Amino acid sequence: MQNFLFRRGRVIDPARGIDQVADVLVVDGRLMDIQPDLKIGMDWLANVHQFDMDGKWIVPGMLDMHVHLREPGEEYKETIASGTRAAVAGGYAGVACMPNTKPVNDTAAVTQFILEKARQEAACHVFPVAAISRGLQGEHLTEFGELRESGAVAVTDDGRPVMNSLLMRRALEYARIFDLLVISHAEDLALAEGGLMNEGPISTLLGLRGIPNAAEDAMVARDILLAELTGGRLHIAHVSTAGSVRLVRDAKKRGVPVTAETAPHYFTLTDSELLSFDAVFKVNPPLRSAEDRESVREGLADGTIDVIATDHAPHSLLEKDTEFEYAASGMIGLESALPLVLELVRCGVLDASKAISKVTCNPSKILGVPMGTLNPGKAVTLTVIDPKVDYILDCKSFESKSRNCPFHGRQVQGRVELTLVEGKIAYSRS
Amino acid sequence: MRRKSGHWSPLLTGTPQIGRATNPFLNSNQFMVYRYDFENFGYTHKGKLMPFKRKDLLGIRDLEAHEIEHILDLAFSLKEINTRPIKKVPTLRGKTVVHLFYEPSTRTRTSFDVAAKRLSADTYSITASTSSMVKGETTLDTLKNLEAMKPDIFVIRHSASGTPHRLAQRTSASVINAGDGMHEHPSQALLDMMTIREHKGRIKGLTVLILGDIAHSRVARSNIWGLSRMGAKVVVCGPTTLIPMGIEQMGVVVSYRLEDVIAAADVIMVLRLQTERMQQMLLPSLREYAVCYGLNAQRLESAKRDVLVMHPGPINRGVEISPEVADGPRSVILDQVTNGVAVRMALLYLLGQRYEAGPEN
Repeated sequence: MQNFLFRRGRVIDPARGIDQVADVLVVDGRLMDIQPDLKIGMDWLANVHQFDMDGKWIVPGMLDMHVHLREPGEEYKETIASGTRAAVAGGYAGVACMPNTKPVNDTAAVTQFILEKARQEAACHVFPVAAISRGLQGEHLTEFGELRESGAVAVTDDGRPVMNSLLMRRALEYARIFDLLVISHAEDLALAEGGLMNEGPISTLLGLRGIPNAAEDAMVARDILLAELTGGRLHIAHVSTAGSVRLVRDAKKRGVPVTAETAPHYFTLTDSELLSFDAVFKVNPPLRSAEDRESVREGLADGTIDVIATDHAPHSLLEKDTEFEYAASGMIGLESALPLVLELVRCGVLDASKAISKVTCNPSKILGVPMGTLNPGKAVTLTVIDPKVDYILDCKSFESKSRNCPFHGRQVQGRVELTLVEGKIAYSRS
Repeated sequence: MRRKSGHWSPLLTGTPQIGRATNPFLNSNQFMVYRYDFENFGYTHKGKLMPFKRKDLLGIRDLEAHEIEHILDLAFSLKEINTRPIKKVPTLRGKTVVHLFYEPSTRTRTSFDVAAKRLSADTYSITASTSSMVKGETTLDTLKNLEAMKPDIFVIRHSASGTPHRLAQRTSASVINAGDGMHEHPSQALLDMMTIREHKGRIKGLTVLILGDIAHSRVARSNIWGLSRMGAKVVVCGPTTLIPMGIEQMGVVVSYRLEDVIAAADVIMVLRLQTERMQQMLLPSLREYAVCYGLNAQRLESAKRDVLVMHPGPINRGVEISPEVADGPRSVILDQVTNGVAVRMALLYLLGQRYEAGPEN
């Protein structure tokens, strides 16, 4: 029975400008009505699951546009099945998966494999992002047309920058034919060479080679100039610096087709976490200074940064439980993001509606995927959030196969109660 | 607790843990007054005994002034053993010390080995070329396997910063950091401070100039923490490319011109310049470095007459220091090496005696 009645929930649907306490009726998996004090007949009530939503939020199914599912190739870290289970447990009804798998998602066959696997095993929508260059080598373009045809929603060499400026120009130009989004992992490899953490007083103290802000800023500036030149749609992944925020803000003012995302660790943590030498805090771009964190929050508040994505990057103990210098970069994020987004609401950086837009309609609009709003008449995809509950994040309870969560043990507030994907319960906490 | 002759009783009576300041650049206890208690071989602060009661010696940054004082005092008293005809005491008899060296080292490893043997400990050396490290075993696995043989102390050197710190959390044996990446080299800083105290009679109030490649130097970092904690003024001098960002926050004065700072120095610590810095685009040439920052006899004329010249070794003669200065009357480079053995005896002694006091009360 897929008939639900959610009573007196706070319905937040930023795409349609809704933020009110209302009842939500779902019949046969389809969203029938959103109204305060919905009246339904007694004959109906018997066939409807009623949920008391007092104090809870009902939002469109969340979308994470930056996830590493690791399949194919590194199934010991994560699979499409486990990664999407983690997603729905974190409130996400859709994920965009990055192409740095083994083999790289640089051909239609790999894209099709991911989608086929997702059809069989995934707990939520999976939107493959294909590579810009063959094998992420930064030399030849992949076949954007075929990749788009097979279901890729964007292209990126994420994990590596496109160092060759001409190739990046061509990518932005060529992507326009197929209306593909080009996602930039902005990092100047020469400036970042050998770097293990943010360059600054903490890296000096710890004797760890630093990555300067300029390594990110310089590439963000370059890619904005190329987007301006070509008219290609550019999206800056994982913004971590004050400089990037400033550059994107200025570019948007000039009307350059650029959008940007950041991740919870960049608006929550700083490089002082590294004082423990714990490789769980090793990530690329690195955790930055408190000033950068503040700028990222300002960027979120004024709309410069459109999206909060997790950059969920699972690694096993093999990659993480080792010398800091040799450890892999990356953190998991799907199951810890929501309470951290709510932290931004609690400390007044974002209002509830703005915060929800950054994990629902903004990413879906940028990726051009049919999610992000509560459409009456359509199969319902929504997330129910209890914003008040206090608890301690415990990564041992996560659905993800990996445990590299920097927020393990953190006191947080707010969690996912229910995730509906296309009318079906994909996750229910109880 | 009474001090017996020929045997130093460890001081592990229960005292409250000293709170660490949360700001890593500040030490709130820096200005506390400690009095040395000769009877009990420890320091008292507000009437309480402050003994050395650590499991590991990982860095100078976490040491309090009274702990540094304690180690140096102990090192001075142990130094005499090294001048005896029979240079051995039974203090650590039956203790096992494992030298786990993931980076080439002659001086430090030999110094630790000599120190351990003079205290009658059994020592074993494992270096990157002779062990399973080359077969792909992880550092942690190596440590766990060695730990299963029940050693008392690991002396660890590793090219990756922070490795001894992480390993120390995973073993019940004591860990002494013998140099980790560009992070810390605590025993070197301690022997440097011992040498300064030996020649100058004090550390407090002195101006110490650290000259050269500050960015890549663990010796510089450990000395900056130690010397400033002991009340010296630390000046670092080198080319802009070799002075790391934000070093001022460690409490030092920065200069890029040796001429400006040499006259005020009571001690000049010259650092080794590694030739690979040229490939990293940090310097145009060794020649220019020697011209601008090399310590030679002519430069030394503008320094104080009683300035001490130090170098952690190994020396690049003619690059960062000229032969006549390295071998000259102001050089205490070989005294540093001599004191190195004494300081390491003190460290091994303090950590090796740890368990004999029984459970903390």
